[in-house]
Order: sequence, then structure tokens, then C-alpha cells
Amino acid sequence: MNKKRLFGRGMLTLLAAFFALVFLLPTVLTLSNSFMTQTEIAANYGAVFKNAAGSGKTYISEKVNLKFIPDKVSFSQYAATLFKSPDYLFKFWNSVRLVVPIVILQVAIAALAAYSFTRYRGKMKSFLFFFYVILMLMPYQVTLVPNYLVSDWLGILDTRWAIILPGAFAPFSVFLLTKFMRRIPQSLIEAAKLDGAGEWHIFTRICLPQCRSALYSIAILVFIDYWNMVEQPLILLPNAEQQPLSVFLSTINAGEVGLAFAVATVYMIPSLLLFLHGEEALVEGITNAGSVKG
Amino acid sequence: MKKKRRLNECRRDRLRDLAFLSPSVLGVAVFFIAPFFVIVYYSLINNPIQHEFVLFRNFSALFRNSAFVTAAKNTAGLSLVAVPLAVVLPFLLAQLLECRIPLKSQFRTFFLSPMMVPVASVVLIWQVIFSHNGSLNDLLGLFGAGKIDWLKSQYAQLVVVTLFLWKNLGYNMILFMAALNNIPGELIEVADIDGATPWFKFRNITLRYLSPTILFVTILSLINSFKVFREVYLLTGEYPVESLYMLQHFMNNTFASLDYQKLSAAAVLMALVMVVIIALLFVLEDKLGKDVEG
Repeated sequence: MNKKRLFGRGMLTLLAAFFALVFLLPTVLTLSNSFMTQTEIAANYGAVFKNAAGSGKTYISEKVNLKFIPDKVSFSQYAATLFKSPDYLFKFWNSVRLVVPIVILQVAIAALAAYSFTRYRGKMKSFLFFFYVILMLMPYQVTLVPNYLVSDWLGILDTRWAIILPGAFAPFSVFLLTKFMRRIPQSLIEAAKLDGAGEWHIFTRICLPQCRSALYSIAILVFIDYWNMVEQPLILLPNAEQQPLSVFLSTINAGEVGLAFAVATVYMIPSLLLFLHGEEALVEGITNAGSVKG
Repeated sequence: MKKKRRLNECRRDRLRDLAFLSPSVLGVAVFFIAPFFVIVYYSLINNPIQHEFVLFRNFSALFRNSAFVTAAKNTAGLSLVAVPLAVVLPFLLAQLLECRIPLKSQFRTFFLSPMMVPVASVVLIWQVIFSHNGSLNDLLGLFGAGKIDWLKSQYAQLVVVTLFLWKNLGYNMILFMAALNNIPGELIEVADIDGATPWFKFRNITLRYLSPTILFVTILSLINSFKVFREVYLLTGEYPVESLYMLQHFMNNTFASLDYQKLSAAAVLMALVMVVIIALLFVLEDKLGKDVEG
């Protein structure tokens, strides 16, 4: 009996390990391939990317060669990215300039609104909150058209504000933060009120510290979402100069596969670090979002 | 006198509350609601110069537009396959991790990791795997299968569903893990003592307690399934094979020609469909899990 159970658990662990491998493979491959020399990349993937070899005479293996471990660990891809193709760095900077303001503004505005949704409730408020939920659930195919119109009216089309401003007011964080704040014991707030604390004081000294991990996890979620954006820049920021790396990276295949893995890795690093550092908060945040209802 | 002061205080509270809420509400009104009304108006007139009401002519034109119909069909078809899988598979994964296997938290991290990887960063690996000379074909070649270009084949949608699942399973799994842990242990014990069958326990305890989570995961996956445009766009560009022509492609092309009537009608239609689907899901959840809430 015991042996049987042990065997069963072993099988389940193996199954989980298999899945883990599948889930990790693309990320790990991208990482490890970024340490290959450009000639090795050309040799390994020349069969897939026609232009990989460039002009010179290079060996290209007939079959693709998806490899974990580089023949020779080298930083030449990174060096080339840094010094020869500043374009990628520039696009990376574009991404930063778009995403960081969105994260800060969205979380700040949402914290204020969530406080209001938590403190005073009424019919209007519940209706408004319900409306926010509906808006949150609308896909880009719906919201991009209004965003485009307003950007056009305000004359900010094709500037980064066309993406930052709608992002700053997106209702996602309001929804999540309200759910968190409603868990803060009312007695804490009442006690502060009795001591003569004003709303602003309660908000900054009691409410915000209480949901510090929530703020962190929401910031991570918003960051990951916008770091990965494709739809908005394609429509609101058609000028290639201004586009973030998330869109621009795909054009790399045309000529510079030798650099691509390094650029892809560099692009992954900010969200990777955030993920590793904030995983606990993130999991807690996702968990607390567990249902759509109030 | 006292009463008056109280009234004043009440009013001041209201004003303060408004101060907290107004940044968010103003932003949402300007960037989402006001332009949405304009879009509804645009969808009902013939052109922005004559402003003549044509009622549903724009909508019926949309249904006769072959590009729109193809895009709508593809998007709906893809979601119909992807969403149920994105609900069932994470549930099974969550069950797997709850089976007291070793390294549980590591597995959780591994499964969750794809969510932080920007699509643009792993596009290269997907290309190496799925292209005509790619690794998948090499692997299948060992079993004597012929080569196909997966993203241009009849299986293209299947590939995209796989990529979607790869990215979203972990997130949904976290939601299910939390929900599973919220089922009171005594309930299961009592059921065990009463000799309940596993199916009975699943149907009457697990499913009931999980129904809000199932609803949430379904809605979330539905919205995320519209975002597979990212993968499709980054992998195959603006003109993919017909089966991968998504609604977002249609919107992009319509933006390019700036046909406001078509754009507005499509966005309004999509918003209506979303509201109906979400309402249906809510009703369904209400029926399934009505005993638990409260």
C-alpha cells in the first residue's frame, strides 16, 4: 500500500517535472542562446532564418540545431547590441519611457479611487464600480477606437502620451486595489477617525501601508502587461521611431538574428527580475483577484 | 445649530470623497466613456460630413464585409477552443500540485514563469520550433512525418492555441490553487464519512466552491484569448494565413484606411457581444454556486 502510494507520487512528480520543462524551455533557450557567438547562431538557425548568415561565407548546418549549451560562451551578441546597433537600445528606452509612467500613474490614481470605493458606499458607487468592471473586461478591439478618437482630439496622436494617458486611467488597478482595501479592518479606520485623523491622513498612514504588498503586486502586473504591449503602439504610435521594443523586436529577424537572442534576453530581464523578486506578492495579488464579484 | 454643523461635516466628507475619486473618474470619462458615445453615434450615421442617420446600415455592411466575417469567425473559433482548455488544464495542474509532491513551490514558479516573458522575446524560439525547417518537423521526421510550415498550415490555429496556453496556464493555476485551499476540509471529511463517491464530492463540493473562480478564469481567459494577436502579429506579420486573420488585424487595417463608420460599428458590436457573454456567464455562475455565497 505504502509502496504503491510512493510510486504514484513519484509518477506525479515526474509528470510535473515534464510540464515544468515544457514551460521553461523557451525562456531558458533564449537565455542560453544569447551567449552564443554570431557564427554559431548562423550555423544553428540558418535553415530557419534565411538572412542569418549575412553576406560572408559561413557554415550553415542543414538542420536547425536547437541547443542549450553554447559551443563557446561569448558576450559578442551583447557587445554588438551595445556598440553596433544603438537602435535596439533606443527602442528599449522607448519601452521604459512608456511603461514606467503608466505603472506609476495607474497605481497612484487607482489607489485614490480605491480608497473612495472602500470608504463610502452607496448606490451610485456600486453602479460606478460595476461599470469599471465592465470597462476592465473590454478587449483592445473595443477600447482602442475611443482611445484613438480622444488622442486625435487632443492632438497627442503619435506621441507617447497617446499610450500613457489611457494606460494611466485603465480601471484594472482600481478593481484590484478596491478588493484589497475592503479587507482592511474598519475598526482601524474608525479608531483613527476618533483620534481626529483626516481622510488624507488615514489614506496615507493607514490604508497605503496596509496594502503595500498589494500595491507592489499590482505594479508588477501592470508592468508586465504594458511591457508586452503590441496592439496600442501599432495604432496609436505608428511612427517607427517611437515604438517600444515589444513591437520592434520582431523586425530583427529580417537581418540580425545574430543579435536577436541577446536583445530578447535584455528585454526579458526587467520583468524577470521583478518576477523573481516579487513572486510571493504577485501570487498573493493574483489570488486576491480571484473573483469578479464585489 | 448642532444639526447644521453635522450637515456641513457630511457635505465636507462628500467633497473629500469626490476629491479621491475624481482623478480616476475624470480620466475614464475623457478617455473611454465620452469617446465611446461618439463612437456609438458614428456607428449610426452615414459619414462624418453629412451626419445622416442610417440606423443599422453600418452594421449590416459589416456583416457583408468578408474580411470582418473571417476575422470574427477566426477569433470566435480560436476562443472557443482556447478558453475551455485554459480553464480545465490549470485546474488539473492545480490538482497535481496539491497532491503533496515535492518541490511544490518550485513547480509553481516554473509554471507561472511564462507570464513574465514578453511575447517578443520568445518569438525567435517559436520560429525555430515551428517553421518549415524547424525543430518540430525534425522531431516528427523521426517518425516519418512530412515537413510542413506549421504557422501557414491548417494547424496554424492549433499552434497559436498552444502558445496561448503556454503563457496563461500558470496564472490560472494560481487562481485554482487558492480556491482549492478555500474549500473547508471538514466538508470533505463529512462527505467521506457518509461514503460519498468522488464524483459526488466533485460535483457538490468542489464545483460549488470553485464556481466564482471558474467564472473569473473563464472571463480572464476570454479576454486574454483576444490578445493572441500579439503572438500572431509578431510571428507572421500583418498578413498571416487566412485562419489566423484576427479581429485585431481587421481593426488595424481599418485604422489604416481610417473608416470611422466601419471602426465604430465593429467596436460597438464587439462591446455588445462582450457584455452579453459576460452577463450569460454571471447568470450561469449564479445558478451553479448559489448556496455557497453569502
